[in-house]
Amino acid sequence: MQKYILNRLLQGIVLLFIVALIVFALARATGNPADLMVPEDATEEERQFVERNLGLDRPYHVQLFVFLTGIVRGDFGDSIVYKKPAAELFFERLPNTLKLLPLSMFIAISVAIPLGVVAAVKRGTWIDQVAGAIAVFGVATPNFWIAIVCIYIFSVWLDVLPPGRMGGPLHYILPAFTLGTFSIAGIMRLIRSSMLEVLDTEYVKLARIKGLQEWKVFWKHCLRNALIPVLTLFGVFVGGFVTGAIVTETVFAWPGIGRLTIDAVAQRDFPLLQAVILLDAVIILAVNLMVDILYAYINPRIRYD
Amino acid sequence: MASDRVDTSVQVLEVSGERQERLRYELKRLPWIPVVIIFLMVFAAIFAPLIAPHSPTKQSLRDKLQPPAWQEEGSAKHLLGTDILGRDILSRLIYGARVSLIVAFTALLAGGAIGGVLGLLSGYAGGKTDTFIMRAVDATLAFPTILFALLLAVTMGQGLQTVVLAVTLILWARFARVTRGEVLGLKDNDFVALAHVHGCSGTRIMFVHIMPNVFNSFMVMLTLHVGLVILTEASLSFLGAGIPPPTPSWGQMVADGRAKVATAWWISIIPGVAITMVVIAFNVFGDWLRDRLDPKLRQL
Repeated sequence: MQKYILNRLLQGIVLLFIVALIVFALARATGNPADLMVPEDATEEERQFVERNLGLDRPYHVQLFVFLTGIVRGDFGDSIVYKKPAAELFFERLPNTLKLLPLSMFIAISVAIPLGVVAAVKRGTWIDQVAGAIAVFGVATPNFWIAIVCIYIFSVWLDVLPPGRMGGPLHYILPAFTLGTFSIAGIMRLIRSSMLEVLDTEYVKLARIKGLQEWKVFWKHCLRNALIPVLTLFGVFVGGFVTGAIVTETVFAWPGIGRLTIDAVAQRDFPLLQAVILLDAVIILAVNLMVDILYAYINPRIRYD
Repeated sequence: MASDRVDTSVQVLEVSGERQERLRYELKRLPWIPVVIIFLMVFAAIFAPLIAPHSPTKQSLRDKLQPPAWQEEGSAKHLLGTDILGRDILSRLIYGARVSLIVAFTALLAGGAIGGVLGLLSGYAGGKTDTFIMRAVDATLAFPTILFALLLAVTMGQGLQTVVLAVTLILWARFARVTRGEVLGLKDNDFVALAHVHGCSGTRIMFVHIMPNVFNSFMVMLTLHVGLVILTEASLSFLGAGIPPPTPSWGQMVADGRAKVATAWWISIIPGVAITMVVIAFNVFGDWLRDRLDPKLRQL
């Protein structure tokens, strides 16, 4: 087990290194990175000052070393627009995004799990088909558009929910719902297929033969076992959450990291964007690592792969 | 049923009748609605200048914010209404189809080719090459697509090339992974061993003997990813990091109407419906193709 954890940890670090390398290379492949680090109206002198200050006049391998050691120390450079360390800005905004996580996960799970279970149990019936149709729509509908449709229905038409910005509890509902829809289809499909697998096993057949109530078989015996592969979905959920946060926070004017990312793009604040991307990558990889370890813990067969 | 007196010509007729029957069956199972939607979109994209009733970019402030024709104040002049700048939404939709398809076509071609070749190489060569390529695939897939694209949009500047490049960078990894899996299943077959005994080079075995066998899954992958590419392009354009403004694109049209949902819902809602319909059409068609050509991909 320790060997497995160590192995996965090393893999995670290698992945992170590759991502950092890509960011480093992209900033330099497309011209002078100093142009990205200074405001667009900077004078030639300012530019050269920044260049010298950031060590951009030195050879690439030295630059890479400085860049990587900076990341290890948690120094991601300063934001051009906010004139503050980029990492600090990121961690200021992160709680706002995380506040949406529990509710959106709750929404995703409370829709996806019952639907997935029922679709598997009533396989081939109209219920299964309706669930399938929901999945097809869920995958195909652009989420930024769902957000706007939600605003139209609940804020404009019914006028029951606020259309955006942070505030009281009601303000959380629409953004969390939009974020939840990102993963409903995926979770549902996974639950359905792993339920189908479990329904076919001997112990489920035994439970049914010995006359246990059907609902108990489905919701206790099957679901509990069907949930194991779904654990991996938490990793998927977080990956989708980062992407989803960008779109959702843009539509709902939510001051989290997604909004910060788009502001960095709109204002061409490259040091900030770079920091946000690297920190996002760290979070995604860390969550996936935890999921993998937990998964190996629950299901020992994994460790031998 | 079958009698001894049936002569050959009747048998031939019977066989061809059966074939016709089968063809009819296949055609019946073809998902017609998606096929029609895809056909309409491709048609609109190719003949955009001929069928668009107005210029997609011409502003006319006098006609601004006109509702679609079926609304009370709507007029037949602008079937789907106009946006804040008085541009005709139908015409913008038609031209937007062009952008979506160009991005999908080029990115899938490039990403599919790169991913396919690397997947072949990775699966066939194995060892260190395989590990290296697969690590790169993992790194790419671990990283959210949109972040990649945003990074490119800032470093390279916005534009069609940026979007295509960003999508390509994501797609290759998916294609490489699937192709590799296919190759791993194929390379222990006798026909590969035979080719090897005959003295074929590795390159020849990969491209002449293995590649044709991967082709079906490859085509299925291509179709199944069109929807994803269209969605990605739309999201990027919506976020202002995709196709820059004068060129109409669906995602950007949704963004245009965002501030006006309360008074002019059609600006945002209509392009979104178009995106959803087209993506569903491509996905359903892809599913059908997969079931026809390559049922084992279903587990993916």
